Amino acid sequence: MSIWEYANPKKFMATSAWALPWAVGLTVVCLVVGLVWGFFFTPDDYKQGSTVKIIYLHVPSAMMAINAWVMMLVASLIWIIRRHHVSALAAKAAAPVGLTFTLIALVTGALWGQPMWGTWWAWDPRLTSFLILTLFYFGYIALWSAIENPDTAADLTSILCLVGSVFALLSRYAVNFWNQGLHQGASLSLDKQENVSDVFWLPLLVCIAGFVLLFLTMVLMRTRIEIRSRRLQALLARERVA
Amino acid sequence: MRALLLRDLRLAFRSGGGFGLGLAFFLILAVLVPLGVGAEGTILGRIAPGILWVGALLACLLSLDRIFALDHEDGSLDLLATSPLPMEGAVAVKALAHWLVTGLPLTLMAPGLGVLLNLAPAAYPWLVLSLLLGTPTLSMVGAFGAALTVGLRRGGLLLSLLVLPLYVPTLIFGAEVVRRGAEGMALATPLALLAAISLGAAALLPFAAAAALRVNLR
Amino acid sequence: MMPDLGKYAVAVLGSYAATAVLIAALVGLTLWQAARVKRALAEVEARAGKSDG
Repeated sequence: MSIWEYANPKKFMATSAWALPWAVGLTVVCLVVGLVWGFFFTPDDYKQGSTVKIIYLHVPSAMMAINAWVMMLVASLIWIIRRHHVSALAAKAAAPVGLTFTLIALVTGALWGQPMWGTWWAWDPRLTSFLILTLFYFGYIALWSAIENPDTAADLTSILCLVGSVFALLSRYAVNFWNQGLHQGASLSLDKQENVSDVFWLPLLVCIAGFVLLFLTMVLMRTRIEIRSRRLQALLARERVA
Repeated sequence: MRALLLRDLRLAFRSGGGFGLGLAFFLILAVLVPLGVGAEGTILGRIAPGILWVGALLACLLSLDRIFALDHEDGSLDLLATSPLPMEGAVAVKALAHWLVTGLPLTLMAPGLGVLLNLAPAAYPWLVLSLLLGTPTLSMVGAFGAALTVGLRRGGLLLSLLVLPLYVPTLIFGAEVVRRGAEGMALATPLALLAAISLGAAALLPFAAAAALRVNLR
Repeated sequence: MMPDLGKYAVAVLGSYAATAVLIAALVGLTLWQAARVKRALAEVEARAGKSDG
């Protein structure tokens, strides 16, 4: 048996080792530039006042909350089809990151809505969908933790991710249907059309880039942790047998 | 497949606790809610569709781990896996058995509880119809969740965490049908979607559940 | 230096604070897990190295 159980993880560790410092650096640069620009150097919106500054946190985190799940879905499919171990571990690594982004989207969304709706929480379709997404993330993470055998865990969580994705889409549609009559027009409309003005759009782009890079950096780091963890498990198992 | 169905039904009715538990829970819920929310008739009537649907949903949840756990423990699941019957068929049959023992009785019991909760008279047929169309999804999705967690010792709570988010579309459309029925509004859309989800789940989830079972039986 | 946030100060500052806390928690947890697994792996590998050698 070779030192690392599988050849691919070795290559991943090597590549990620040199890529990580760059990822961290770029992440910090983009986040700092984007957020400082957005917070200090943009005007208030005539409709929403200074709350428009929340957009630099809310939109990127909401986008990444969804994208993280999509990445997990793709990684799960790659695991199911090609049994690429790094892929399964990357999906596992991405989940807490996606969950964090979902929570950020929820909190910033609620806080943004508070001045508009006068309440700390509103069952706006978008917020509700993100709340449900949080539950999907919790379930996925919980399933990984509950199963001892790594390959079994990878298989079952992949199936869950697949089925979950279908139901997440269904839920999104159902929640929109559910709340149609109530908050018409009052939901946080974050369409790009509203932000035609470059004044808001450009720092937002930088923030989005920053969050994407943050996601990549965290997934790289966490996948490395997962790979090391599996090697640790394998070595400990060997010790017990010896 | 019929033999498997009959066997599961016989087991469910025989072991006592399995059958009545969900119904008893449903009843208790219908008693607890007014106690918690207040006895005012108009309020109860307005939330009755939701309470009945959530109650049916939670009651279904109670017996989900029994779908595969008992067979897994005594090895019959392994026998099923090696039998000529395809795993997908076995899963579908077991989900059907669960529905016959849990979902269907809940559906039949719901109108009685609707009386307790001051459900609007116009809503009763829609209550039964929506539950009739929706509870099969609950059983099928539940079977999928049970297949994922069959190997785990304390899988019950995790099962709930996994399955409840999957219940959301069915719950939303089902409760919406009853609510609209109560007010005489058009409900073709949620009804159709409710039925579509059931059909889709019945057609596709057996494959996912069978895959999960095969993984767990390795 | 701080822009005038008017009556929305709580919402805006709260959002930035909450985001900072959540990201800090994620990064902190990750760094801690990384250090821990690295240490544990080094220990076990050292033991394995001694017995193999």
